[in-house]
Amino acid sequence: MSKSDIAFVRREMLPEKAPPATAAGPIKWVRDNLFPGPINTVMTLLAIYFIYQIVSGAMPWFLNGVWTTSSLAECREVLQGATGGCFSVLTERWNQLLFGFQYPSEQYWRPTLAFVLLFVAVAPVLFVALPRKLLIFTGLYPFIAFWLIWGGTLLVPLVALIGLIVGYVVFLRFETKGFATAALTGVVAVVLVWWLGGFVSAAASETLALTPVPSRDMGGFMLNMILGTVCVSLSLPFGILLALGRQSDMPIIKWICVIFIEFIRGVPLITLLFVANVVLAYFLPPGSNFDLILRVIIMITMFASAYIAEVIRGGLAALPRGQYEAADSLGLDYAQSMRLIILPQALKISIPGIVNVSVGLFKDTTLVSVISMFDLVGMIRGPILAATEWNGVYWELWGFAVVLFFVVCYGISQYSQWLERQLQRDHR
Amino acid sequence: MTSISPPRGESFTLSKLINDTRYRSYTFQFIALVLLIALFAYLGSNLAQNLRDAGLNISYGFLSEPAGYDINQRLIEYDSQSTHLRASIVGVLNTLLVAFLGCILATVIGVVVGVLRLSQNWLIRKLMSVYVEIFRNVPVLIWILIIMAVFTAVLPQPRDFRGDDAEASMLWDAFAFTGRGFYFPKPVFETGSTIVVLTFLASIIGIFVYRSYARKQLFQKGRLLPVFWPSVGLFFVPAVLMFFIAGRPISMEYPSLQGFNFQGGIYARNSFISLWFALSIYTAAFIAENVRAGILAVSKGQTEAAASLGLRPNRIMNLVILPQALRIIIPPLISQYLNLTKNSSLAIAVGYMDITGTLGGITLNQTGRAIETVLLLMLFYLAISLAISAVMNVYNNAVKLKER
Repeated sequence: MSKSDIAFVRREMLPEKAPPATAAGPIKWVRDNLFPGPINTVMTLLAIYFIYQIVSGAMPWFLNGVWTTSSLAECREVLQGATGGCFSVLTERWNQLLFGFQYPSEQYWRPTLAFVLLFVAVAPVLFVALPRKLLIFTGLYPFIAFWLIWGGTLLVPLVALIGLIVGYVVFLRFETKGFATAALTGVVAVVLVWWLGGFVSAAASETLALTPVPSRDMGGFMLNMILGTVCVSLSLPFGILLALGRQSDMPIIKWICVIFIEFIRGVPLITLLFVANVVLAYFLPPGSNFDLILRVIIMITMFASAYIAEVIRGGLAALPRGQYEAADSLGLDYAQSMRLIILPQALKISIPGIVNVSVGLFKDTTLVSVISMFDLVGMIRGPILAATEWNGVYWELWGFAVVLFFVVCYGISQYSQWLERQLQRDHR
Repeated sequence: MTSISPPRGESFTLSKLINDTRYRSYTFQFIALVLLIALFAYLGSNLAQNLRDAGLNISYGFLSEPAGYDINQRLIEYDSQSTHLRASIVGVLNTLLVAFLGCILATVIGVVVGVLRLSQNWLIRKLMSVYVEIFRNVPVLIWILIIMAVFTAVLPQPRDFRGDDAEASMLWDAFAFTGRGFYFPKPVFETGSTIVVLTFLASIIGIFVYRSYARKQLFQKGRLLPVFWPSVGLFFVPAVLMFFIAGRPISMEYPSLQGFNFQGGIYARNSFISLWFALSIYTAAFIAENVRAGILAVSKGQTEAAASLGLRPNRIMNLVILPQALRIIIPPLISQYLNLTKNSSLAIAVGYMDITGTLGGITLNQTGRAIETVLLLMLFYLAISLAISAVMNVYNNAVKLKER
């Protein structure tokens, strides 16, 4: 082949051409993700129609919503037959929905403050990057929150706090004599301080006192939050103890834990609430009068501990045997090896499970409405829907409840997924 | 733990009970046992004292007394003169009914949603995850009450079906969805229907026999028999044939509007329908997650290996992916069934008369025998839980990877 046969030889590279419109960009995305085949096309069209139906139904309802009237009848008057929500029930009854109908309204700042402080207290537990000093506040928070929500003299939570501190100091003092001895002495010290402090706080019941609010006045979403936070935090230590007991070599202790866990997990929460409501009183000393809220807290805590124990047991079982043997070969005793080697790893593995149980438990706090406590659901079903002004406002009220619970539970589960990614130590 | 034989001549001292690992576990167990007994003795003495003060006793005699209340939804004969025991049995059957139907519907919805969450269709995927997140993160009690309110308020009342230009109409003249409940046609079995039912049952057994035969053929001789269409044929053809041979002994009784309400057919109350539906779609959201996790857990290499062996896509699904995924899906699925059964106790919130509504509700209030009724209630649920976990253990042992 001679040179003259070639009519044209390109010497420089052509610039790259953009891919055809159907092979890149939004069109390709739409083709691949929305219309990849006949079945998918039909499904996409159905989904679009479904979304259109929902939006076209909900938008006018939401946009035409009435926020300022004082009864459903007035709402209907304002709307003149047009579609529109009657959100006035929320603006008028927000306080009942959030705090119950008996909490004194001039004291609303107290649970609100406790709620805000809850975030400060929980933050260092949730985010390791925050300064560790904040944990001191977390330790103080239960006592502050108790004082804020229930009121009364500051001395009661103060005595409780001092008792725990004294107990811990005594524990540290005796720790060299063995874990069991130290723990026992610590408990004795705590009880002693509480007993003595009881006289002090009873004598000076006016010192730094907020208006006391009895437990039966708690209600609304606040009650759900109280039950959720208290029971989850109480059930963690009990759950750990139960899980360790179930793993124990001592048959009696093991069987006590197994029977307790399986019994609690086998019955619905509602039967346990029945126990709290009508049965528990028979088993308490004659003449004693426990708060219903306290009895409910006891039962829900038992319920949650059993579930958390199973989650932690899963974490304990997932640890390689070598970790236990390594702890033994270092010469650590049982308490030390658990505290320093086993539990930190096992708890880390079980975090997602614990979060799941907590979300489930928080949702289950609505069940207290069945035993006629006025939590958020109880408030909606009872006083608000039964009131003549608001009889028939279903969507707005239930929508509000759905939004509240969704925000809290979805937030927690998103946090747990984030944490799982943070804690991932293998194949990054 | 290795035990070291005690040095000779060492005498036993009391401090060894707590400091010597050989004796310490006995000490602890003894203390635990004593504490437990003390706790029970304390609770028991309180109970005895309280009962004496209130002039009560523990007795189950109330179970044989007439209940005196009516139950509107019942599967067996019951009237207000029946005993409390019979009322409880009606409740038990109602619980089992809603739990059983709920498990079926929840599985169907859950599997569909779980598979659709892995679809390549972006819109469907997002829609399904919105469904799952919304239902998982809101209490089931709220869903039950919402669906009850929707059914009661949104669906037409029976009176709306009246007249020539009625506001509402029945579906195929057979189904009526009203604010009071749903009305379905009821099959009426006349003489000669037994043989049709028996044929139907026999053909169902036949399907299983055929399937295991086909499986055996595949594994032993490598012959692949068609399974799907023969199964469908076996399911319908013999029963339909026998139905016509026996002279159509089964007919349908359709609900019809008489006066202000429907008569005839099967009437499922609002409370039952909303409880069933709410429990199903709530549990389905959890099942969908289990299904999705199970399918994702089968590694992609399995699909690719099967494809490189030349299997077609549906065979890959049936022979390679599903058997491995089911092993992961079924244990959490069964525990979701257990959850659904326990959640069905929320029936009391919508007035569906399950065991919690009869024994734990009206019987408790009428007789005041709190301890006995709550104990029976707990034992019932405990029995169901133990039965379901027994089934789960059997299954787990059956599908356990056979290791050497």
